[in-house]
Amino acid sequence: MDYASLSANLLFVSFIAYLAGTFFFGGAVKSSKTEKSYKDSMWGKIGIVITIIGFVSQLGYFITRWMASGHAPVSNMFEFTTAFSMMLVGAFILIFFIYKTPSLGLFALPIAIVIIAYASMFPREITPLIPALKSYWLTVHVITAAIGESILAISAVAGLIFLAKNIDLTKKSKERFWLEAVMFTIVLVLGFVVSSTAFSLSGYEADFNYIDKNEQPAKITYNYPPLFGMHDYEQVTTDTMKPWFEMPSIVNAKTLTTFVWSVASGIVLYLLLRLIFRRPIAALLQPFAKKANSQLMDEIGYRSVLIGFPVFTLGALIFAMIWAQEAWSRFWGWDPKEVWALITWLFYAAFLHLRLSQGWEGKKSAWLAVAGFVIIMFNLIAVNLIIAGLHSYA
Amino acid sequence: MSKIKCQCGHENPFGTVLCEKCGRPLTEEAKDSSMVDMRYEGSARRSQTYKKSIIDKIWNFFSSVKIGVSIIIAVLSTSALGTILPQKFYVPVNGNDPNAYLDYYERLYGTFGKIYYHLGLYDMYNSWWFKILIGMLGTSIIIASLDRVIPLYKSLKKQRTKRHPSFMKRQRIYGEEPVVNPDESLVNAEKALKDMHYNVKTEDGAILAEKNRFGRWGPYVNHTGLIIFLLGVLMRGLPGFYVDETMWIREGETREIPGAPGYLLENVAFTVETYDKESADAVFGEALDKNGAIVSNFQSDVKLYKEKENSLPGSEDVEFIKEYPIVVNKPLKFDGYSIFQMDYKTGELSKMKFALLNKETQKSLGEFTVDLNEPAKKYDLGSGSSIQLMEYYADYDGIVDGEPVSKSPVPNNPAFIFNMITPEHPEGEKSFVAIQQTLEVEPNDYEVKFQSVESRNASGLTIRKDKTLYILLLGGIVFMIGVIQGSYWQHRRIWIQKGEGSEMMVAAHTNKNWYSLKKDIDKVKETAALPAYTDKQDKDTAADTMEGETV
Repeated sequence: MDYASLSANLLFVSFIAYLAGTFFFGGAVKSSKTEKSYKDSMWGKIGIVITIIGFVSQLGYFITRWMASGHAPVSNMFEFTTAFSMMLVGAFILIFFIYKTPSLGLFALPIAIVIIAYASMFPREITPLIPALKSYWLTVHVITAAIGESILAISAVAGLIFLAKNIDLTKKSKERFWLEAVMFTIVLVLGFVVSSTAFSLSGYEADFNYIDKNEQPAKITYNYPPLFGMHDYEQVTTDTMKPWFEMPSIVNAKTLTTFVWSVASGIVLYLLLRLIFRRPIAALLQPFAKKANSQLMDEIGYRSVLIGFPVFTLGALIFAMIWAQEAWSRFWGWDPKEVWALITWLFYAAFLHLRLSQGWEGKKSAWLAVAGFVIIMFNLIAVNLIIAGLHSYA
Repeated sequence: MSKIKCQCGHENPFGTVLCEKCGRPLTEEAKDSSMVDMRYEGSARRSQTYKKSIIDKIWNFFSSVKIGVSIIIAVLSTSALGTILPQKFYVPVNGNDPNAYLDYYERLYGTFGKIYYHLGLYDMYNSWWFKILIGMLGTSIIIASLDRVIPLYKSLKKQRTKRHPSFMKRQRIYGEEPVVNPDESLVNAEKALKDMHYNVKTEDGAILAEKNRFGRWGPYVNHTGLIIFLLGVLMRGLPGFYVDETMWIREGETREIPGAPGYLLENVAFTVETYDKESADAVFGEALDKNGAIVSNFQSDVKLYKEKENSLPGSEDVEFIKEYPIVVNKPLKFDGYSIFQMDYKTGELSKMKFALLNKETQKSLGEFTVDLNEPAKKYDLGSGSSIQLMEYYADYDGIVDGEPVSKSPVPNNPAFIFNMITPEHPEGEKSFVAIQQTLEVEPNDYEVKFQSVESRNASGLTIRKDKTLYILLLGGIVFMIGVIQGSYWQHRRIWIQKGEGSEMMVAAHTNKNWYSLKKDIDKVKETAALPAYTDKQDKDTAADTMEGETV
């Protein structure tokens, strides 16, 4: 087996291991009465062993793909997002060994699984590096930034557990609404994965010619039935559906189509789940969060920001500036990706100051941690795919 | 302002909340609370003490963390606005004509683009209000740090080992209980704490164990780093500190480097290379099939020269310095300057070859080559024939008011008016020659016929000099040291003392990471008999214990 296919298999193994790990952490939480007693539960021990196996396998994916391509596998959307999920699991393992809390695994692993699934929807072939990426700073900057982001993400996982435990879901409230909104967003990502997989399995393709925003003719292939047509489009494949609307040239109608399909399938999925369980998703998760110690979750939430913030600063700002100086002749150019890294950094700086001096602990701190994760995901997804800049992977 | 004298005899500065020495609460508020605010050790901060004059008010405004956080939020939300549409410097509009920009935003983004332009958001990071926000952030960092670090330093320096029970009781972690042998407990606790690398001090039946106090200075160190960074950014405005120029240079040309007086650059060759299926690694096959060719390299091979000292500007008297291939990510560096590969043009016309033909017989009287960038006035073909170049239009753009016009000096579409001198026509015959087009005033016997063309590439280079880089880097390093110092080391203190009879008290404080602090106390309890303690903020554990579960 060559490195490239070995790499793909190892990734699959880790995906399965994380699923199994989630199951065992669930068992650990279910079988113990309180947070104190589940620390030493057998289920939890098996859970962490399986998680480590999965992590090592994913690390194997990373290394073999690196060997196959000759560069660090962080050069496109699939590679970066997969690496991010790997580091998220790594950060979880680190925090687990400090605090020994299975409920963190029960929530962190499914998030890693969703992220891997999301990553796999992007082109997975190994691409050679374009001139701008040919630098060892690619390895240094991207990996450090991803490690920082993944540790910060653990803070959001702990925050989510804190909120799932402490928000009263029996009464109508803003908090209850927003917690359910977070769950809904995760279901939307699943909607994207489900619809994208379905259409790619069916081999759906619709080709168009169109006029781009520089008034040049261009070609595009849709993998979803085209709800929206590109500017001045001309249908090449004739047996596919005709777009409902034509978009102006600044809108990427293909991205919009994918987005609408994902949201639609996410909504259907969400409604199905509600119909089956007859309860909000947050209420389904609440029993699993109940055993966690609120104070410990609050501490983990804070501690992971403390550990992650310096790493993020180093990777996403300092190394980024050094590379930008080498490659683009300026260390800072207000490129959207740069700005959003700065926004993320400022946000966590605000988090730390609010916590330290305004006493924002508990729920407030947990909400901030979740919001921080939303910003990180926004920078990964929206800034790459919608706001195109120098960093665009799309 | 008068000093506050504590019952223990220590004189505290006006505004102190907790006695610097023994920790007794000094204000009514502190006396009434069950847990004291330990953030700055209850020390007297200027901002909390003086509130009268205008300077006090400005000081107090900027020293407030609430204001600081508000400024951070303002910077981050306005920054986000600037990413909605591309900023001015990423927009393909040449020159500085405001209307051209307005047109661009309106054409692509409609009314929204127009509003975006008129609000100034298209160039917001250079706007006065954004700069003011950053300035306020810097001021806030300086004042808020000074307001806290000095009193904090003083009170940590003055703290006494033995604290008053009222201080102990008001700590988040506190416990009191009678133990069998208090003195033995103290000795054992001291040993256990020393084993855990605590700095232990004893005084009259009391222990103060302290660890990692330097972590407390982390925030102030990282704030210093940020200030150095911001100062570095300010210094770019000073003359000579910062050069940012661009140049276009064609293959074969030697030009003076803008912004770097005395230096010349020769462009030997510019090349673009791509990955193709034959030469690239087989592993990339799928990607190349899908995406077509992918560029692998942009490269300008250049030679750098320096004018010799005492030579006149523009003279040929130059000294060769070095030869270097500039590629993306590997700029040419010399004397503080860096030259970057940023852009390129391929296939720019450079030379055109023509033949002078007799129209009837198609017999050639000779060939000549016009250098499109420096065309000669006259081309001698021998045996009495020659060509005079009467007019040259490098970028011919049609005829306006009966005259041919050129829209730029770049030879994109060259056109010529030739005067063909032959033995038959010593005065010459005039002919207008452009690509695919020949115009004659009256029928000529001879024609100038296009034979072939040579083209060449041009490199777009950026020249930078930035003396502030080292200052910025220093700021970054100082920031990292501070942020690591403050985040990875926590200042922990454990107080143990004897009370009445066999009573013992234990209290503890840390600025962060209470979990590990509790683990430390539990470790001490393994070898020393200490009272059980409670964490006043951990309600779940209390609830678990109430339910009767023990581990």
